[in-house]
This record gives sequence, structure tokens and C-alpha cells, in this order.
Amino acid sequence: MTMPARDRSTSRPQLLKVASQQRVMIALALLILFGALRYDNFLGSFNVFSVMRYNSMFALTSLGMCFVIMTGGIDLSVGTTAALASVVSALLSPYGLVPGLCGGLLAGVVVGTVNGLLVTRVGIQPFIATLSGMLMASGSGLLLARNQSVSVSYDTSFTELGQGDLSGLPVPAWIAIFAYLAGSILLNYTAFGRNVLAVGGNEEAARLMGLPVARTKFLAYLQSGVLASLAGVILAAQFGAGQPAEGVGWELFSIAAVVVGGTLLTGGIGSVVTTLAGVLLLGLIFNVLNFENGMGWISLSAYWQSVIRGVFLMIVVMAGSGKKWAVFRRSLAH
Amino acid sequence: MSEAQPIATNARLPAVWPRLRPFATLAALLVLLAFNLAVTPNFVSWQTLNVNMTQVATIVIVSVGMTLVIATGGIDLSVGSLMAISGALAPLIFLSPFGLAHPALGVALALVVPVAAAAAFGFFNGWFITRFGVQPIVGTLVLFIAGRGIAQVMTNGNLQVFKNPSFQVIGLGRVFGVPVQVIIMLILVAAAAWMLRRTLLGRQILAVGGNERAARLSGVPVAVIKRWVYTISGFCAGIAGLVVVSINSSSDANLVGLGMELDAIAAVAVGGTPFAGGQAMVVGTLLGALIIQLLRYTLLANGVPDSAALIVKGAVIALAVWSQQRGR
Amino acid sequence: MACSIPLQQSDRSMPGLSTLLSMRDIDKHFQGARALNKASLEVGAGEIMALVGQNGAGKSTLIKVLTGAHRKDAGTIVFDDKEVAFASPQAAQAGGISTIYQEINLIPYRSVAENICLGRQPRRYGLIDWQRTNNEARRLLGRFAIDLDVRQPLAEFSTAVQQMVAIARAISFNAKLVIMDEPTSSLDENEVKVLFDVMRQLRSEGVSVIFITHRLDELFAVCDRVTVMRDGRTITTQPMSKVDKLQLVSAMLGRDREDVRVQATGFRRSPMASTGGEVLYTDALMVGYRVKSAHVEVQSGQIAGLAGLLGSGRTEVARAIFGADPASGGEIRVLGKPVHPSDPAQAIKLGIGFCTEDRKVEGIVPDMSVRENLTLALLPHLTRFGVVNEDRQREIVDRFIKRLAIKTTGPEQKIKDLSGGNQQKVLLARWLCTNPKLLILDEPTRGIDVGAKMEIQSLINELADQGLAVLMISSELEEIVEGADRVFVLSDGRTVAELSRGSIDAAAIMHAMAHDTPVTGAVNPVP
Repeated sequence: MTMPARDRSTSRPQLLKVASQQRVMIALALLILFGALRYDNFLGSFNVFSVMRYNSMFALTSLGMCFVIMTGGIDLSVGTTAALASVVSALLSPYGLVPGLCGGLLAGVVVGTVNGLLVTRVGIQPFIATLSGMLMASGSGLLLARNQSVSVSYDTSFTELGQGDLSGLPVPAWIAIFAYLAGSILLNYTAFGRNVLAVGGNEEAARLMGLPVARTKFLAYLQSGVLASLAGVILAAQFGAGQPAEGVGWELFSIAAVVVGGTLLTGGIGSVVTTLAGVLLLGLIFNVLNFENGMGWISLSAYWQSVIRGVFLMIVVMAGSGKKWAVFRRSLAH
Repeated sequence: MSEAQPIATNARLPAVWPRLRPFATLAALLVLLAFNLAVTPNFVSWQTLNVNMTQVATIVIVSVGMTLVIATGGIDLSVGSLMAISGALAPLIFLSPFGLAHPALGVALALVVPVAAAAAFGFFNGWFITRFGVQPIVGTLVLFIAGRGIAQVMTNGNLQVFKNPSFQVIGLGRVFGVPVQVIIMLILVAAAAWMLRRTLLGRQILAVGGNERAARLSGVPVAVIKRWVYTISGFCAGIAGLVVVSINSSSDANLVGLGMELDAIAAVAVGGTPFAGGQAMVVGTLLGALIIQLLRYTLLANGVPDSAALIVKGAVIALAVWSQQRGR
Repeated sequence: MACSIPLQQSDRSMPGLSTLLSMRDIDKHFQGARALNKASLEVGAGEIMALVGQNGAGKSTLIKVLTGAHRKDAGTIVFDDKEVAFASPQAAQAGGISTIYQEINLIPYRSVAENICLGRQPRRYGLIDWQRTNNEARRLLGRFAIDLDVRQPLAEFSTAVQQMVAIARAISFNAKLVIMDEPTSSLDENEVKVLFDVMRQLRSEGVSVIFITHRLDELFAVCDRVTVMRDGRTITTQPMSKVDKLQLVSAMLGRDREDVRVQATGFRRSPMASTGGEVLYTDALMVGYRVKSAHVEVQSGQIAGLAGLLGSGRTEVARAIFGADPASGGEIRVLGKPVHPSDPAQAIKLGIGFCTEDRKVEGIVPDMSVRENLTLALLPHLTRFGVVNEDRQREIVDRFIKRLAIKTTGPEQKIKDLSGGNQQKVLLARWLCTNPKLLILDEPTRGIDVGAKMEIQSLINELADQGLAVLMISSELEEIVEGADRVFVLSDGRTVAELSRGSIDAAAIMHAMAHDTPVTGAVNPVP
């Protein structure tokens, strides 16, 4: 017999899910359209590339955060890991691009491992575990840098990572694009990706189904650390200095980008693509504000961007409000 | 926030640990004090006490509110931003034409309005969370992001420098040699502890955190209680904001309260209040903040760089929470 | 590894001819309490065995011992001609025993196909081949004649379909035995029919099924034999053709049809007792999907019993009256006035108290003291200007500790350290001290030792005699028979019988509980 897809009540949840994932795309499209129509150079290569170059760092940390959130956890250390990695890579930059890059990534591996172990082996909840990790990463960065910026060496090709271009596009953008492609394939076509979603969707069921829950979570934190460190390397290369005090607020921007993109904080549902859309959306708000100011019609300070981002998050949260999902999920557990 | 993690079975603590736990925080503090007495030069002096208490007071003031929120099983990420709002509002008031014309009234308003505003934002947090069934971490994230922006917009990101002795009493004044903010801190801790023990609100807060379903079925107005705790948290943040700008004689909306939410959460964690809710160890929070502060001071005074102290802080928090969870 | 099942063409001999599973003399203790007492279970190859029993009879524990979620204290398990002792449900699954739980242990947001193949998806060049995954899933479901879009998230489908998916996954692990724990509790008639077709299909392929349910009609529709458990023991195993519902119910409850029992509880209800005015009246009550039309009345000084098998909707009725859940239809009157309690605080103001079924989940605040727990509902009345009057509080607590003989080291002892019986007394006191007009009790003596049981029963008796209206839900027949002045029997969400003092006896109640609605495809129409 044919079983039509139907829910006990209505098929509203299906619509809801579809809408929430498309919603951010629609909002992004609208914002781009608005900018393109209103400002002269909005779609010009200079603006597009500088937006991409700048936001590539946040794109990377948000990607890492996305995977962690999909397992039902959270990673507060992405900002300070990036800072630490920027310092390490700056210190190693005189030796060349590769040592600088590898050094930075190694820092991310260490932090990610610590986080992962605290969550899976020691059994501390992710919020506190990554709070610890965050402080330790921050301290380490400041220690290595002796509380000051570490200049990057221009004698080697290290700065290409941040300031260079490849076939017209900025190198950081390429890195971010590549990371997102890899992330998307990982999520949709590998066991690890599916396990991440399973663990976040129903951890107990995942365990009963024989999935490697602890290993999956550990790997999620590890990759978050690595991606954050990659962002840090780009930071150092782009701005010419490793900055141990940077990274403040990055974790919360990343969380906001992930949530705005439609990924549920409770885990189990998420998309790499919409996370990217969330990053662009939040990042473009800043861009649009700059243009507005430039036009002189209004002088909205850059500070409004925080307010707008906050309001945006609020609307997203309200619209996808927990109530519907709670009712939906309760209907499953009869 | 995800559900509580399963407790690891690797390490073990003696069976008597749960009963000792409340004293463990105190013991750790005493150990630190003893260590310092022995090793650190000039430790026993009013100046040392002063410096430490002053630095810790702001954190504790915020942490009192945070303790209550965590006792209901929630969390408040917006406290730092609310501090920025309150710290930005105060000079705006007493430096305004009205404030300059009526200095006494100006100062009075500058002490009351910012705190009230922060409390109102706190109420918004509580309302948002209960009305939409949103997780506290996301709900308070909104004001974390937008709140600082509001403060920045109000001041256009400008530094407000001022010199207003009657206002700055809150940060710079002393009563019998004790800094005012320390007195405020002690009053708040005592008041919160008393409230939790003796009042209806306090007992209902603990019931909501201890077993929300049972509380609801016993007629406890769960949503109202939650709105209260977030309002109180905002109130505390408001006071802390005033203290900070008073001490600095300036208000920078970009910096006031930066990172404070994590310091408060750390103090609560080390102080022994469980994140699952149901218990509120306000005095523990005070001790927790003191431990973290003293730890930092111990390391600094003995030549360890601040950055290393940060690493130690991170490790200590993990250790504290781990030992807390083991003792359940 | 492809996600597929081999077709087992067993020779279709009579069920029970070759034994697939044999559990004998299984013992299991939990902290001193005996959960299983020489329990046994035997299932033949290619048969559907029903496993029935009331709450606490031991069926879940027996199954958990089989699948390795619990370790047995004694006894042997022989499965597929080998003695086994599975260490975990995963090990049991690998060994050929799959369990389908009442809560769907699948991932709701993932697609049907993914849920079926999770952990073993077919690959191509190292990456998951979704096309093959989807095809495999379609194929597996097709064996049960189920056709749906396997790419849709699992949660889009009804619980019935989700259960089919769980079964399909279970089968794909080469299961020889599938255990289904209350699979029909949230299915409607058509969905149950589909499930039964699936079960028959499994049987025809030589896969055995253990079917745990409290809906007795269903057993007759699809099972070959039935095993009844009670108090941790296996009472009897019979072919379905040799039993009727009434026999099953009496075996489950431990009563013979013509049993005349001596006073077994603390209740002493006088048939001549005069009762007062109407305190509670509800009619045509609808709650959620489970309660379709309930009718209950209680007068002051009266104990009304609400009887029914597990899942008949009794707790849902109680919660709706108390405002804990919204009623979707029907009428509720308290003291003659129509009310629509929207939250417990309102109900408490109306003078209603509600002692819940599950102490741990909805009753006690574990880290709080006896004193705090006892006065929780009364607290606003003990408060002046926001401050709790501790003297009055202590006085009330002392009074009730004495009155209910609560065994505690003192009012400050944390309630989680008390025994179950004493915890229940504290919860009872919580409501008594609010001086309610109507007290709703949901399984007030569950999980409590005999002595405390009698005490609590006498107390309830006394309170009723003093004028309190009591609505008592109980699964223990004696409590209803001896304690109720009136009995309302619920079956499948409807009040099917109303008995008054004089006509309340075990047989009548059991007969009403066994009240039937014919299920499609029933082999033995119930008399």
C-alpha cells in the first residue's frame, strides 16, 4: 500500500523545515538585491572581493561551529584558537608559508583535542569544556606572543595566504570555498557526517544503533579547532601580524551565523550551505551599513550593525520558535 | 546547550565527597591563602586585600545574578553587554544639560536609571525565553550581540571621560576604609543568600531548577519565576556597570563588561552551583570568584605572566566542574 | 557491506516445533527488590508470542535481561541452540535479536532510507551512494508491501510508519527474533492492521516475534501463543485458541473469577455512608488523542475509583481535571461551577490536589528537604510580605510527619534519601496541608511496601470519612474493590462502566476492563 507522507496533525512541519532553510537564502538574495540596486559599487569586484576576503575567516570558524552544533554541542573557543594560531603562524612565518601554516594548524589540533577529550572522556558539558579551552588557548596565545602583536615576516610567501589572489579571487576566499565544499561532501557523503547528524538528532538512539558516539563528538571538536586555526592563519597573513587579543566575539558571531542559517542549536539538523549564507548575511549587514554611511543620506554608525544583527537573530529565533518543534517532537514519543 | 554529558567513569572520588564538596571550595581558598602567606612577599597588607577585593567585587556583583539564573537551569550571556549599557547611560545623564543644571538630581538619576534600564533588558531576556520556549543560551545571545551595540550607538562609540565625585562614590568611595563596591558586593551576596533561604521567591527559584515539572504541578508560577531571575541578573549587571565606569572615571561602550559573562559563569562553576539547576550557592560563588582572583594574583605576584595565569584559570574551571559532577 | 536481508525459507512447520528461544529460571534483583523470580519464556521458530502482564509484572525486565540491557542474577538463556548472555543491546542485535521500542529509537530528522541503513550505508569510491541506499530501503519496505518516499525525513511520517521503518532496520540485521514493546499504543485501527500484516509476513519468513502489549484484543488477531507474567513470575503459557480475555485478565491480576477475598487493604467503606454534594463532575471529556469520552463524578465524603488497564487514559483524565494538560472537549464542573483549569495553580485555588503517578519525575524536588517538599504547594499561604513564616511551616511539617508516620531523620533531611513509601507520604502531605476539597490520587501506593500501603489506605479512608472527595486511580484491583464507593471503568479512552457500592466486585470490574472493541482480522471474536 502507498503511505503518503503525512503527520499526525498537518504537514506544517514539513513546510516549516523547507521554509527555514530557504528563508536565509531568500533573505540573503534580498539583501544583495537591495545593495546592488542602491549602491553603485556594491557588486563591483573591489567590494565583492574585500567582503569575501574579510569574511572568509568567520566563514571558517562558522563551518567548524556548525559541525559541533550539529552534534548538539557548542565550541566557545573558536575565537581564541584563531588568535593563538595567528600568533604561532606569525612566529613561524620567517621559515616560510608551509611552516607557518602547519604551525598554526597544529595549534588548532591541540585545542580541538583538549576540547574533545574534556567533552567525551572527562564528561564535562560542552559549554564549560570549551570555555576552559577558550581560556587556555587565549593564555597560550598571549604567552607565546608576550602580550603583543607578532609581526609577520614579509621575506617569505606567507602573506600570500591572506593578501594574495589566485585567478582573480582572494586566496582566503579560495580556502573558505574549498573548506565548505569539503565540509559539504563530508556532511552528505561520509559516515562521519551522517553520524554527526545522528548523534545530534537523538544521541541515545544513535548509541543504541551502534554508532561511535564518542568518537564522532571528538572529531567534531577537533575539526572545529583546526578550522578556527586556519582562520587564525589567514588573520595573521591578511593583517600582517599575529594578534593574541583578537578573536573576541568570534564564537558568538559564528553561533549566530549558524543559527540564522537554520541549524538547530539542539543538534541533528543543519546545513553547510545555509551556514555560509548566514555568514554572508551577517557580514553583508556591515557592508551595507558602510555603503549607507558613504552615501551620506543617513549616518548610521557601524555600531548599529550589532543591534541589527541582534534583532535579526531575535527574529530568526522567534520565527523558528521552539514551540513548534517541541510539539512536533513530543508527537513522536507516544 | 546540549543535555548534560554522561559522567565519565574513569576517575573516582571517595564516597564521602558529596558531603565534603561545599567545604572544598573554602578549603581550596584557604590553601591558596596559606600558600601566599608563606611565599608571596607583602601578602598580608591592606593594600593587597584592597586590590584583590576591588577587582573581584565587580565580578561577584554580576555573578550573584548569574547564580540565580543558573539555579533555574538557565544561563545569561548578556550581562557584559548590559553592563556596557548601564555604564554608558550614567555619564550621559549626569553630563547632560539637565544633569549639569541639577547636579544632585542628576547623580541620583544616574545611579537609578541605568540600573533600572539594565533590569528592564533583563526582563526582556526572561520574557523572550519563556514566551517562545527558547533555550537561554540563544535567548540571551540576542542581547549579548545587540546590547553592546545599543550602548555603542548611544555614545557613538566615544569614550566618555568625567570627574564626578558624588557619582563616583560607588566605585571610588570608602566606608571605614572599605571600598563601597565591596560593601555593595557583600550586601548583594547576603541579600541573595537570605532571599534564597527565607523568601517565597527564593524557594520557588530552587524548586523550578530542582524539578520544573513537579514545581509546575505544585502551583509554582514557573514562567514568572524565570522572568524574575533574568531581571535580577540584569539588575546586578546594571550595578556592576556603574561601578566599573566609576573606578575608571570613564565609560567606553566598547570595553565595559567585555568578557564578564564568562568570568561570572566561571565563578559560579567553581563555586559549586550545578548547571543542571536546583541549587544556588551564592556564598560559593563569592568564594569561587575569590579563588580565581587569588589564583591569578598568586601567579602574578610570583612572577608568572598573566597569560600563563589565564591558562591556569581555564584548567581550574574544568577541574572544578569535573569534581562537581563526580560528586553527584 | 550492503544493507540487505537474506530470505529465510524455513520449512513451515507448526509454530513451537523447533524452539528458538528458551529462558529458564531467570532471577533479577534491584537493590533488594525482586524483579524476576524464576521467570521463564519460550518462543518457537516462526511464531508470534504475546507477552502480557500489568505494570511491574516483570515483562520489561525479562526482555532487558534477554537483550543485555540488564544482567541476570541467575538462570539460563538458550537462543538458536546456543547458550547466550548478551552484554548489550548492540551485541544482541548482532546475535540476531532486535528490539522495537515504544519510543522510536531512530533519528527523526534523517530520511527513512538513512535510518534503515545508518552505520552501514552502501559506498561508491569511498563516499555514500545514496541511490543504492534509497533502493535498498525501498526494497526492504517493499517486502512488507509498503511504498513510500524513502527520501523524506522519518518524522514526516506517522508513528505507525516509523515503527515499520524500525522493523525494517531490525530485519536488515538478519534478526531471527524481533521483540516489539507496546508497538500499537499510539496507532489507530488502520495502522494496527498494517503492523499485523508485517508481523504475519515476518512469521511466514521464519522470523519469530515477541509481542508485548496491554491491548488484549490485538493478541487474538495475530498471536499464536501468550505468556502471562505477574509479580516477576511466569504464570502460564497458552495457545491463543485456548484462552479468552477474561482468563487473561484474571491471570494478569491474580484473581479468580469467583474469588471472595478477605479484607486486604486499609480501606473500610461503609455501604450506608451518606455523601455530600457534588464536588467533581466531568462528561464527554476529550484529552489529546487518548481520551475520547470520559465521564467521572465524585461527591464529598466519597472515594471514586478510576479503573482501567494500562493505556486506557486514566492519568490523562486526571491531568486534564487538574489543568496540567488542556482538555480538548467536554465539560468539567467543580462544586457545581463549570471550570476550564488552564494550569495547576488555578486548580489548586479551586481546591483540587493532585498526587502524581511518578514520584521521581513529577513529584519530588530531590535536593530539597522534607520540609520544603511538603509545603511546596502551600508556600504562598505561609508567606507574608514575601517572607516565609518558618514557624508555621515547621509546625505544619511536624504535624504531618506525626500524622502520616513519616520515617525521616528530621524535617531537614533531603527527600531523595527517604524510602519510596515515605516519599509518597510527604507528597500526600503536600496536598493534604492545602486542605483540598478534591484530592486526585494516581497510583498512591505504587512501589511501596505492604505496611506503608495499609497506612496510606487507612489515611485516605479516614479523610474521605471526614468529608474529602477523592478520585483514586489504581491498577490494584483490591484497592478499587475495597476502597471505592463508586467505580468508573475506562477502556481505550472511554468510560465503559459505572459501578456503585453493592455492585462493585472484582469480576464486574475485570469484565468491564476487558470490554472489547472488535479489531479487524480478529481470529477469536471476543464473547
